[in-house]
Amino acid sequence: MCATCGCDANASSSIRQIGEDHDHSHDHTHDHTHSHGHGHSHSKTIVEVEKDVLYENNLLAQRNRGYFDAKNILALNLVSSPGSGKTSLLERTLTDLKDQFTCYVIEGDQQTSRDADRIHATGTKVAQINTGKGCHLDAHMILHALQGMKPVENSILFIENVGNLVCPAMFDLGEKERVVIISVTEGDDKPIKYPDMFHTSTVCVINKTDLLPYVPFSMEKVKEYARQVNPDLQFIEVSCTSGEGLPQWYQWLKEKVLLPQSV
Amino acid sequence: MHELSIVMSIIDITEKESAKHNASQVDEIELEIGTLSGIEMPAFDFAWQQAVRSTLLENAKRTINEIPGEGLCMECDALFPMQQLYEPCPVCGHHFISIQKGKELRVKSLVIN
Repeated sequence: MCATCGCDANASSSIRQIGEDHDHSHDHTHDHTHSHGHGHSHSKTIVEVEKDVLYENNLLAQRNRGYFDAKNILALNLVSSPGSGKTSLLERTLTDLKDQFTCYVIEGDQQTSRDADRIHATGTKVAQINTGKGCHLDAHMILHALQGMKPVENSILFIENVGNLVCPAMFDLGEKERVVIISVTEGDDKPIKYPDMFHTSTVCVINKTDLLPYVPFSMEKVKEYARQVNPDLQFIEVSCTSGEGLPQWYQWLKEKVLLPQSV
Repeated sequence: MHELSIVMSIIDITEKESAKHNASQVDEIELEIGTLSGIEMPAFDFAWQQAVRSTLLENAKRTINEIPGEGLCMECDALFPMQQLYEPCPVCGHHFISIQKGKELRVKSLVIN
């Protein structure tokens, strides 16, 4: 039993701090270990529960958020479909900003530590969460990944969610901003096909712009569709291959890393 | 398939509430699910059937109050039914819309024994 949140300790998701000697695996089942006794009193009671189904997740997300705020950590939740270039964007960003910020990465994938190994190669502290059959990260997994990570104050934490444009939309992790990444090879109507993700994000990074000459992708259309779902959405166009647009992304990050306020 | 996580959370809430009342059986459960909440009902039903086995909810009668989406236009104050997040205001055509209803995802009540 975990003393922090009371979760029990059997397997379905696991967390590893990459590049450290020991593995801290943190596992869960959803076993129901109580007995189903059959009482013979037949008094029925109506309980007005009125409880949000995601109450538990949202509570833990707010705890994470408080932790980030207290330490002035810019926590970003990177969401996208698989293959949009989240990990490539991170590799470039971590390498280019190495001397300016202390960065941390939490990688979410169903299996393997391949992405975390790529991040580790840039010299960044990284934890890999394997969700097993799970299709998204939740606030609880982040809480435990943070315990092994111990990020310092005034740093940036990139949380790379499981590549999935549907499920992660519902789960608040405690992040400051949600960044949705779309690549020009995906089709410009993605924002209205998967509206929830674009609705809940604050920034949209459009990646692989170097491929624009080869694909029928309209920059105007994708923005128009995305604004239908979320009129406040900001756009940053980048190519991680050519480096085009990356200064704009770095500028955005710099503006978001708030300097500690003096009282 | 985040619907499975959602069902697991519902089971969790049910077990905690039942334990509070020393209940050994749940006869009925009433849920509120908004049409803009991001829940696919066929996926939800599928997850439900599998997940409630051997739990307090296994034989419970499930009632779902589906709450239709409702948007408030921030430009012209029109209140209108909303089926999709990308719909414009039917009066002025703007997209600055505040969702008033349809995002609900709640356990409303339980009938325990």
